[in-house]
Amino acid sequence: MIQETLIPKVGVVTDIRKDTPDVKTFRVVGTDGKKLFEHMPGQCAMVSIPGVGECMFSITSSPTNKEYMEFSIKKCGCVTEVIHALEVGAQVTVRGPYGKNFPVEGEFKGKDLLFIAGGIGLAPLRSVINYVRHYRNNYGKVVIVYGARSKDDLVDIEEIKTEWMNEPNTEVYLTIDREQEGWDGHVGFVPAYVKELGLNPNMTAVLCGPPIMIKFTLAGLLELGFDKSRVYTTLELRMKCGVGKCGRCNVGDKFVCKDGPVFRMTELDELPDEY
Amino acid sequence: MFRIAKEKLNELYAKINESMGLYIPIKKAGEVNYHVWGEGKEVSLETLKTVKSPKNMFFPQTEDMMKFKTEGNNIEIIDARFEKRPFVLFGVKACDYKAIEVLDKVFLAEPVDTFYQMRREATTIVTLACSKPEESCFCTVFGIDPTAAYGDVTTWLEGEYLYWQANTEKGEALTSLVGGLLEADNGNAVEAQKEATKKVLEKLPFAALDLSRFKPENLNELFNAPEWQEMSEACLGCGTCTFVCPTCQCFDIRDFKTNNGVIRYRCWDSCMYSDFTLMAHGNSRNTQMQRFRQRFMHKLVYYPSQNDGLYSCVGCGRCVNKCPQRLNIVKVIKTLGGEKK
Repeated sequence: MIQETLIPKVGVVTDIRKDTPDVKTFRVVGTDGKKLFEHMPGQCAMVSIPGVGECMFSITSSPTNKEYMEFSIKKCGCVTEVIHALEVGAQVTVRGPYGKNFPVEGEFKGKDLLFIAGGIGLAPLRSVINYVRHYRNNYGKVVIVYGARSKDDLVDIEEIKTEWMNEPNTEVYLTIDREQEGWDGHVGFVPAYVKELGLNPNMTAVLCGPPIMIKFTLAGLLELGFDKSRVYTTLELRMKCGVGKCGRCNVGDKFVCKDGPVFRMTELDELPDEY
Repeated sequence: MFRIAKEKLNELYAKINESMGLYIPIKKAGEVNYHVWGEGKEVSLETLKTVKSPKNMFFPQTEDMMKFKTEGNNIEIIDARFEKRPFVLFGVKACDYKAIEVLDKVFLAEPVDTFYQMRREATTIVTLACSKPEESCFCTVFGIDPTAAYGDVTTWLEGEYLYWQANTEKGEALTSLVGGLLEADNGNAVEAQKEATKKVLEKLPFAALDLSRFKPENLNELFNAPEWQEMSEACLGCGTCTFVCPTCQCFDIRDFKTNNGVIRYRCWDSCMYSDFTLMAHGNSRNTQMQRFRQRFMHKLVYYPSQNDGLYSCVGCGRCVNKCPQRLNIVKVIKTLGGEKK
């Protein structure tokens, strides 16, 4: 019978990493041990536990990883709670990829790139950052600003410390919201830190994190002279189908699942304020 | 053009039913809806508005999509789709036919929704032209001519005859199937009926609704219109309008645990419900005003913006008749768009 996009594939969880008290990263492959499908940075997939529900997650691994896909998932609802209780070897269903990706093969090429993430907002950015690292010569300088509530809430800190911080022509700035024992790095909210850093406004910026962080960080970037048409973010709304048919994830005449989740700030300006 | 005497219609239905399924407006428990035809059923072709539109022929109110068998860690996915037997959808009015075209643009757009497509391709649509439009009708506002030839076959009911005209290949095939029952006609009776109906259409109370303001370029201005607050105040969020609407296509996907596995099904959903957009971390449409606005903005601005100006309302008037609070799209158009002088 003809293929149906809403019918998923079976995936096997081959590794689980506990990143923070409420974030785990799940490695998933097909039942044949191979990667389920190809994607581009910023795209998402529907992961489901039959009988519990299906949710959209960004694919946090880079497309350059040809062996498996990873999803960093925060425990915050009825489906993610069950996903967090999974053990290695468990099966889930996966379908995708959905949505538009970051223009890594378009506007990003040859540009200096600034990545700003808050909390679990690192998940979609990790895919782009590792893609850029893989094709390092195609891009200019990379600056990463990443903040979380506490040092224990920084997702995938091992990779950041051992790999990102040692990458040539790359600067990584970490911050946490409040003073904490065992943390000698920067303390303060992301928007303020971004302003303090006095970043070069000619960079192309990508913001991902809670709406309040995006709002204030964007305001800060504009003050620094950044051009809105070169600032990108991702949106997240409730989804069921992933292909622009079930009718719930629209903002104005755009569906986040199909026309997003990656949006340019100038595109968002044209849409009604309902996200 | 062909015709068949009204008293022979049962023979026509029986003939179709020999080789295909036949769905037709049938009166059951006081309500007329599309049901499977059978001998002795009370067919009511004349009923202008079935309670539910025929959209559930292609997009059922609930349908199984797949099954999961789980054993230990293992999940097995079983495709629940099956080949659909060809069927005839008989007696569809112009508004409901145009509504199917609106749904086609959603479900048949890439990636194609095969659940819808399989039913749609199995269907031959026989429309029935309107000769007695009701006061709640306003299809002409959306450029629909309810006397015109839509569908695979168009029929007109006039005097003692049903007149018949094939428009497509599928329609020709159906015409040959029932050919023995049809006799040739010169089309004069149909022309006369069309003229008479058009005079009625011009006088309908909602015929002058002005859509000119509902354009994609006015999206933000309309979204921010202060009138939404007052217009939506009485809305109960019951979702009746979305369920009787022939173009409403929002759906939910849910899992149902059975004794030996899980059935994943989809069912109609409604943008009028508060949990439609509810997420673990919040709700993008928190108030009934936002949900009310979403429904009408979608029909009059968002959908047209995505589909070359085609409105996602066909003026069938079901919401006008069924809303318990007497809210409807007519009031929205009047308030925000006004009426032509």
